[in-house]
Amino acid sequence: MLRFVVRRLLLLVPILIGLSLLVFIWIRALPASPAVSLLGERATPETIRQIERQYGLDKPVYVQYLRYMETVVKGDLGTTIRTRRPVTDELRERFPATIELTTAALLFAILFGIPLGFVAAKRYGTWIDHASLLASLIGVSIPVFFLAILLKYVFAVKLGLLPTVGRISVLINIDHPTNFYTIDALLAGDMGAFWDVLKHLMLPAIALGSIPLAVIARITRAAVLDVQNEDYVRTARAKGLAPRIVDVRHIFRNALLPITTIIGLQTGLLLSGAVLTETIFAFPGMGTWLVEAIRQRDFPILQGGILFVSFVFVLVNLLVDVSYAIINPRIRVS
Amino acid sequence: MRDRVSKRILLLLAMALLVVAAGCGGDDDESSGEGKTGGTLVFAGAADPVVIDGALVSDGESIRVITQIFETLINLKPGTTELEPGLATEWEVSPDALTYTFSLREGVTFHDGEPFNAEAVCFNFDRWYNFKGPLQSPSASYYYSAFFGGFAKNESEDLSDPLYKSCEARNDTTAVMTLTRPSASLLGALVQQAFSIASPKALQEFDADAGSLDPDTGFKPSGTFGTEHPIGTGPFEFVSWTREDRLVLKRYENYWGEKAKLDQLIIRPIADNAARLQALQANEIQGYDLVEPQDVGTIEGTDNLKILDRPAFNVAYVGINQAKKPMDNLKVRQAVAYGLDREAVVNNFYGGRGVVAKQMMPPEVEGYADTVEEYTYDPEKAKSLLQEAGLTLPVEIEFWYPSDVSRPYMPNPKNNFEAFAASLNKSGFKVVPKTAPWDPDYLGRVDEGNAGALHLIGWTGDFADADNFIGTFFQNFSPQFGFRNPKLFKLLDDAEIEADRQKRIDMYKEANQLIMEQLPAVPYAHTKPALAFRNDIEGFVPSPTTNELFNTVSIGEGGE
Repeated sequence: MLRFVVRRLLLLVPILIGLSLLVFIWIRALPASPAVSLLGERATPETIRQIERQYGLDKPVYVQYLRYMETVVKGDLGTTIRTRRPVTDELRERFPATIELTTAALLFAILFGIPLGFVAAKRYGTWIDHASLLASLIGVSIPVFFLAILLKYVFAVKLGLLPTVGRISVLINIDHPTNFYTIDALLAGDMGAFWDVLKHLMLPAIALGSIPLAVIARITRAAVLDVQNEDYVRTARAKGLAPRIVDVRHIFRNALLPITTIIGLQTGLLLSGAVLTETIFAFPGMGTWLVEAIRQRDFPILQGGILFVSFVFVLVNLLVDVSYAIINPRIRVS
Repeated sequence: MRDRVSKRILLLLAMALLVVAAGCGGDDDESSGEGKTGGTLVFAGAADPVVIDGALVSDGESIRVITQIFETLINLKPGTTELEPGLATEWEVSPDALTYTFSLREGVTFHDGEPFNAEAVCFNFDRWYNFKGPLQSPSASYYYSAFFGGFAKNESEDLSDPLYKSCEARNDTTAVMTLTRPSASLLGALVQQAFSIASPKALQEFDADAGSLDPDTGFKPSGTFGTEHPIGTGPFEFVSWTREDRLVLKRYENYWGEKAKLDQLIIRPIADNAARLQALQANEIQGYDLVEPQDVGTIEGTDNLKILDRPAFNVAYVGINQAKKPMDNLKVRQAVAYGLDREAVVNNFYGGRGVVAKQMMPPEVEGYADTVEEYTYDPEKAKSLLQEAGLTLPVEIEFWYPSDVSRPYMPNPKNNFEAFAASLNKSGFKVVPKTAPWDPDYLGRVDEGNAGALHLIGWTGDFADADNFIGTFFQNFSPQFGFRNPKLFKLLDDAEIEADRQKRIDMYKEANQLIMEQLPAVPYAHTKPALAFRNDIEGFVPSPTTNELFNTVSIGEGGE
């Protein structure tokens, strides 16, 4: 197991180098440069030339790449073009936001999706089963941004129960040592702030988690249906074990395997798909950061951001693989 | 047996939902108005500011914040394009338009308690003049070099000779500025936030100009003036700035002018239009800018919301690139002008907030000609002009429009394009449609002259001067329009430096007539961009240049 993990971690190096090269070349191949984005209608050939020279964009690509890598190995991901801040500073603000949002969405999807799927399987063929299938279909079909606007309209505008935008109310002031607003609020001992942060997470989590919820529910249902007809379940019941123990120790534990796979996949999708949710809720996460950077040709953000996201992705995949072995010892990583 | 487990799960789920619903409660009303004075107003722009230092930015969101904190020597009368005293109470221009003497307002202090005086004024002007390295780049000091040209020591050959020569603090209340060559638009230009006066002490103490230039990853500012200590003389003081979340300002108690009624002004960035509108409806914000035309109806139809109009200060036009044949033939350009159904476009796609443009600058700006050549939609006339030019019909031309964007002067480019293409196709042309995303592809193409024979674009004025419109477009050769007209170039050059106001106005009028004869572009719309507010917000005066002060704003009693 240890060798497996170490080997996967070592693979990170060539993966990241290859990716950085790819990204570097790709974004420079795009038409137009950050200069035009900065000045809009006010750009002229002279001003464009000056800005490109300022950012070293008039040098050959390989020279730019080598000098960029020189700074990267020192831990410096460069300075953004639009806001003139260190890329690492913005990363430190954006990434926790995305993690919080993704975690909230996943929690929502898991806490409601698994029970829903479980019940549907147990009540196979009844109206509960059909209703849950319908709900899944709807959840997967509704476009996320439409659901988001609808949720905001009902719960925020009409009912006034939840906020529409942001991570925290502008009238609440707490420090942000970690940039995980939930943790920051707890560290500040401000329960009012903590609850406010949660309120701001609710609608985005529901919107973003709607698809994973539908998928997880369906997979859970299928997995449970599958497992409960296995021999070992019948044996367990024949032994006279209490139904609840059969459900948890035998059915659920074995059904968890495919469910975990799906959760792992959904996490990856969530990280990328959060752009729409972030936009509608003005939630400042990685999604909007990177998409804006593409639009504005903000090279340092794209280079640093994509590098970082790839790094995280490889780690998450590794974690999922390792978790298989923990859940079901029969699966050995060879 | 199985039933009990799943029943329990269902019950748990239901309870969880109930707990969540019960826990969510309470009003999310985030404004606290206590009548006419006091309270906090939350206003939403479309993006986070870049830095709070007028000399180093060109984006509207930074300028919005800077306008509350810093002041200029000369102001615009709120809601108009007329000049009025700001930090300078009087001014005198020498007959040769080289020397400007400003009498400064007394009793003004910076937010850090330092006195405002002539020395502070000259310090600021000298600071900009002496910018080095990356600060000379248009990504930083665009507005400075757009007006003053180059710096003390130009580090790029793209920078022209500096217009600024020196500034002398003759005494505490008199600052004398000397230029290297005459300019007649200095006063109008000085209203721009790029020329606002900051506290010299703060500029130095917080290293406003400090930073390193990494040749590949750009300019790394290291000072904290523009991010933590922007200190000016304006009605609001800086409190704090949390990126992508909020920028907090509070009333400056020692302001020389009309003290702010609000206790606090919070500006937050919300990029998505629909999100801004919903935040307003939910009273999480009490006002926002850049209202989409399609939302105007919704807002006007809602009881507790209202729309405020800005006077038109922009122009939407069809640009013609004369480097692409046959656009270099005047008859062909005239045919284009007769072939565009501008009335139809303005009446249908501007939500009632546009007027047909007859010149390349709005009527509010001095120098607008009384009469010019007019071109009403006439497909037959267009066809005969093309035939006179010796061309076989239909004449095929590439016509570019941007996708993915809504501009104040052009809310929906695609609609405009389709209507114009249809009318041109009826007028002896065969339009080849081309499109690209606005930012940065389309803009880059237009700039380089790579956007076909015709392209859709526009311009919002920076300051109330004809030079800022037609001077910007047609004073020199540019790849965008691809023509050289020495008569027009010279006329605009001379007008820029003509010190006699009436003579200057006449020269610009003549230029506008020449432009509408020669048709380097065909203007088609001026629009009134809109802002949205809660009904109980009073005292906001929209400005054509979008620089609005919040010191007159208050939260009234009525409306929720």
